[in-house]
Amino acid sequence: MATTRSAPLLKHLLTRLNPSRSVTYMPRPGDGTPRGVTLIPGDGIGPLVTGAVEQVMEAMHAPLYFEKYEVHGDMKAVPAEVLESIRKNKVCLKGGLATPMGGGVNSLNVQLRKELDLYASLVNCFNLPGLPTRHDNVDIVVIRENTEGEYSGLEHEVVPGVVESLKVITKFCSERIAKYAFEYAYLNNRKKVTAVHKANIMKLADGLFLESCREVATRYPGIKYNEIIVDNCCMQLVSKPEQFDVMVTPNLYGNLVANTAAGIAGGTGVMPGGNVGADHAVFEQGASAGNVGNDKVVEQQKANPVALLLSSAMMLRHLQFPAFADRLETAVKKVILEGKYRTKDLGGTSTTQEVVDAVIDALD
Amino acid sequence: MARRSLPLLKHLLLSRRIPARSVTYMHRPGDGSPRPVTLIPGDGIGPMVTGAVEQVMEAMHAPVYFEKFEVHGHMKAVPPEVLDSIRKNKVCLKGGLVTPMGGGVSSLNVQLRKELDLYASLVNCFNLPGLPTRHDNVDIVVIRENTEGEYSGLEHEVVPGVVESLKVITKFCSERIAKYAFEYAYLNNRKKVTAVHKANIMKLADGLFLESCREVATKYPGIKYNEIIVDNCCMQLVSKPEQFDVMVTPNLYGNLVANTAAGIAGGTGVMPGGNVGAEHAVFEQGASAGNVGSDKIREQKKANPVALLLSSAMMLRHLQFPAFADRLETAVEKVILEGKCRTKDLGGTSTTQEVVDAVIDALD
Repeated sequence: MATTRSAPLLKHLLTRLNPSRSVTYMPRPGDGTPRGVTLIPGDGIGPLVTGAVEQVMEAMHAPLYFEKYEVHGDMKAVPAEVLESIRKNKVCLKGGLATPMGGGVNSLNVQLRKELDLYASLVNCFNLPGLPTRHDNVDIVVIRENTEGEYSGLEHEVVPGVVESLKVITKFCSERIAKYAFEYAYLNNRKKVTAVHKANIMKLADGLFLESCREVATRYPGIKYNEIIVDNCCMQLVSKPEQFDVMVTPNLYGNLVANTAAGIAGGTGVMPGGNVGADHAVFEQGASAGNVGNDKVVEQQKANPVALLLSSAMMLRHLQFPAFADRLETAVKKVILEGKYRTKDLGGTSTTQEVVDAVIDALD
Repeated sequence: MARRSLPLLKHLLLSRRIPARSVTYMHRPGDGSPRPVTLIPGDGIGPMVTGAVEQVMEAMHAPVYFEKFEVHGHMKAVPPEVLDSIRKNKVCLKGGLVTPMGGGVSSLNVQLRKELDLYASLVNCFNLPGLPTRHDNVDIVVIRENTEGEYSGLEHEVVPGVVESLKVITKFCSERIAKYAFEYAYLNNRKKVTAVHKANIMKLADGLFLESCREVATKYPGIKYNEIIVDNCCMQLVSKPEQFDVMVTPNLYGNLVANTAAGIAGGTGVMPGGNVGAEHAVFEQGASAGNVGSDKIREQKKANPVALLLSSAMMLRHLQFPAFADRLETAVEKVILEGKCRTKDLGGTSTTQEVVDAVIDALD
């Protein structure tokens, strides 16, 4: 009785929790022309979640069209026509590509970043309203250097039973990622940048990274800067994540920090992210680009599309379509808040399609 | 009315959750002779927490005596007389040694491990009864390779602005750490060993580590073995830590994983640990050996002695004094459960001395 009668009021209150953003943008003539986006569905759950994005974009009549390509993690290389498409469009949306474990084959995720010099990886880990987590007020952006460090790919067996793996850090790459991090903080009204390192052990390599961060920090006096050793960082992330704002890291640490922060804030299934360089941007699920889900999730078609939907909203903003981005984000958050349609990782039982349909219904 | 139930409640909590262990050991004649232990108070909060151990050992009349040496993190090297003492005693208890950030000086914590070939680092991350955390049923042992990997110390500047840092992995060291991990699991009734790696990227280096783990796993058919990529591992640790039992890792990942797990289970201030090789063992706070606390904690004398007290219990077991170890652990757990005397990191306001006094009072 009380529950049924209260439903309209509850719905009204929920709507108020997500006020429509009334922001006016003045486009230039021709800005509404549909833009081409390279689409790589990828492996495993990739086609499921990219399919979700395609449906929502169509439902919104977003000014995009997709150039779709079959790329799989077990390929030797990213096909030339795919790279050409990304170079032309400058924007790509992709699902995960499985990274084979055997020798000889390089990760295609890594290859893509190097080919296109996507030197910055960005993940935004934040609490979604209505999603119960153990920490509140988490809103962390992890900016990770993408092209060097432990991912140099330089390994060799010195003698049988002894392997050397080269971690390469350069002033050039350290400086540009530091610049990107501070620029990001400046542009997004963030107050603090934290550099994550292990310079107490790798004094030269991580020391060079820190030196670059310190230099760039002096040019942003309005943004606080501090440094944290990566092991303490992991511990602080699980006890007081709200202390972090923007974090800048070398390659491997960023991988670990982003996953930890994503897990703390609600799971990798809902965190948006992407990779960006001077000329191109690739949007994908924020943490674990190599995550293609397990066979069971693929079979039952119960992959969580939220992360990629939110990444797509980032992409729309990147393409200067903020109103469409707002609509998409608002719809996704409405669905999460209502809690009726959620995939298993968020405590629900819905299929991908059910979540997509709910998001489309929630579009204003 | 509810207040009248408190004594009963207290009795139930104490008697049920911490039963006195009535285990009978048959010692050999002479086993009760006092054993010497090298003691390195170290830097910062080190002398405070090692002082706590000294007091409790004396109160228990434990059959150990300490050979105390001044060692500090900014020294060029561990003094030879200290190394001689550890080589003679084969056991050492130490507080943290600060790791300077500048060039030229390597970490003394690392140096100690290399000099004595302490190739395994062990941290036990578990929920202490009465300590509120966001996860229950956490009881993870992280076993980390201690002598190679990213901690090789091999770095050089190729040309100005480009640094190379060598990560060295050998079959020999990988095999022996894998053996230690499975042996540990076998000896401590643990059911599963998880190898943590990034072999999808560093295929040769981490691939060699995995190869070694797989080989050793075949010799322990009663222990389950699986592998996890380190970024997914960080995420799984913060969402479902109870799935892990024993974890074996190369050097750097172990550092990060141990800190994350410690944070999840209750904080680095309460997790015991140590480093062990074929000949020697060094006991210290489990996570963050370089953690010497802040100046404020040192001034106010409010460092948490629990981690080192529990590490000392491990040491007593190592020295074949299990009854003393049981008494010490029981007393510490009693104090934590009662919650009256706790340092700030556990939500209390006590000084180190107050916690020590409470532990001594709780000894049976």
